[in-house]
Amino acid sequence: MSPDPLRDVDGYRRAYRPADRRLVGGVSAGLAEHLGVPVLYVRLAFIVATWVQGIGVLAYLLLWRFLPLRRPDLSPGLESATRRGLRSRTRTGPTEIAQTIALGAVGIGVLLLIQATGRGIGGGLFAPLLVAVVGLAVIWRQFDDVAWERWMRQTRGWAFASRVAAGAALVALAGLYFLGKEGGWGAALNLASALVIALLGIGLILGPWISRLLGDLGEERRERVRSQERADVAAHLHDSVLQTLALLQKNAGDAATVATLARRQERELRAWLYGDDEQAGDSLVGALRAAAADVEDTHRVPVEVIAVGDAPLDPDALALARAAREAMINAAKHAKVDRIDVYAETDGHTADVFVRDRGVGFDLATIAGDRMGVRGSIVDRVERHGGLASIRSSPGEGTEVALSVTLRPRESPSTTATPEPPSTEEEP
Amino acid sequence: MTTLRVAIVDDHAMFRTGVRAEIDGPVDVVAEAEDVDSAVTVIAATQPDVVLLDVHMPGGGGLEVMRRLQARHPGTKFLALSVSDAAEDVIGIIRAGARGYVTKNISGPELLDAIGRVAAGDAVFSPRLAGFVLDAFAGTIEIAQVDEDLDRLTEREREVMRLIARGYAYKEVAKELFISIKTVETHVSSVLRKLQLSSRHELTRWANDRRLI
Repeated sequence: MSPDPLRDVDGYRRAYRPADRRLVGGVSAGLAEHLGVPVLYVRLAFIVATWVQGIGVLAYLLLWRFLPLRRPDLSPGLESATRRGLRSRTRTGPTEIAQTIALGAVGIGVLLLIQATGRGIGGGLFAPLLVAVVGLAVIWRQFDDVAWERWMRQTRGWAFASRVAAGAALVALAGLYFLGKEGGWGAALNLASALVIALLGIGLILGPWISRLLGDLGEERRERVRSQERADVAAHLHDSVLQTLALLQKNAGDAATVATLARRQERELRAWLYGDDEQAGDSLVGALRAAAADVEDTHRVPVEVIAVGDAPLDPDALALARAAREAMINAAKHAKVDRIDVYAETDGHTADVFVRDRGVGFDLATIAGDRMGVRGSIVDRVERHGGLASIRSSPGEGTEVALSVTLRPRESPSTTATPEPPSTEEEP
Repeated sequence: MTTLRVAIVDDHAMFRTGVRAEIDGPVDVVAEAEDVDSAVTVIAATQPDVVLLDVHMPGGGGLEVMRRLQARHPGTKFLALSVSDAAEDVIGIIRAGARGYVTKNISGPELLDAIGRVAAGDAVFSPRLAGFVLDAFAGTIEIAQVDEDLDRLTEREREVMRLIARGYAYKEVAKELFISIKTVETHVSSVLRKLQLSSRHELTRWANDRRLI
């Protein structure tokens, strides 16, 4: 199951205003997505609420201000596909726009009807309130624009200074007003109302900025991480893929070099993309992969390493990896193959490694006696560590080297250091 | 035997051209598609026997293609053909119903062989996939889509998967274990089934549906 896109980093489900499909502020669309109801119902609810003292409009404006805007969060690959026109964008359809306009018209009609019957907002207040609401909407709509966003986000410079100055001036004005009309309850009341008006003014000027600032922090952090990632990708591609491609162009005539370079680049890119970042010194599988890479580069034979489970690289596992490496080198040198398969399996108790080629093969009887490579560096090495090594080969069928050691239990790291029990029979 | 009809779904045009050049002739490439939507359309229109399906594609990837087509076209088999090495991708697409998985550096003849096998109803495991499968059943890799109660492999199935992971071909596996190729195919298919039907419950239902028990 894919993660819920509405879920925040800290696990809470938050409502957002979607940036990519909104008619006015995206409040209805965002709420509909959050609540899991059709967007039409949400719009209807806002319009019905407007009939009650204009609550719908106020709620809409407040939500417009306080719901954070969310741009569609696309993975880089999908973004590029969108740019190339491979994906279709979700656009607000004409039906939906027409529907909303009709809904709005009906809403305003009913509102006017309520006004006409005299049970709405108090007579003289209605027109100014409507104007004020529209004015606020216009101001806030402005704040939604990117230019304003940038301007409002500046925390220093003349914009910030002028805003602070405006706030200070309003407070000072209120103080002067109080001093001018000193004394009495009426003055205190006047002061209070002036203060409230001043605070409201400051709030109107700074409020959107503060909420925007808070809302944008997360967005900005994400954007920064994303651009850093992009820079990392670009740097890596430059250091690896582009360099290899340049080398390939220079060596275009040499098929073997081209194949080696391509193979090495593929290996590096895979390790980078899919996080095979175990170091050669860390684990058995890491050591096997390093050995395979080495053999590939030196002998120009692809080595496919498949591993199930992994084990820490203790002396036994190291011997196993070295023996496997010797088997790979033998196969690459003598078997005349274009591919070597290495399979490693660890279940926590034993580690098995199989090195297989489908090359010319050889007759074990003729070779086992005088060749030190196989005996000394493969079979004996593994057997010294209490393991087993067997070689199966027949001319024309290829060769398989099977290696196996018993792993030491992990929770006793000092087994090698424990003193030997005193042996009685060696006493003189 | 009639020529197999194959569709290639991959968002890289060059790769599609390359695959088509290698396999057209022995099989009949009837359709190409570059994303989920076009894939669903052309596969529904041409009804190929086997779909070579890329795992990563714009608009949802191979999983989405299978999700949208499987119910309507149960006869169409999917063979995942991917450059991805991530166990989640690979196991995920197999669990969603693909009949096999091969990597993109596969040779032409091997790919043709895999297409033939999948069309005949068999499962195709590359050595790499066999490694992932063994890992998934052993519980040593964490894959979100693999349940806790994954049915265990029998000793024989495990042996077959190990040999495939070691790079053995089916007929070599058969020779090694002294069984027929048919038996190897049966084991491989049952591993695939266990992977696709995660819980014991589902497996029982599967067997019931086919009047096996």
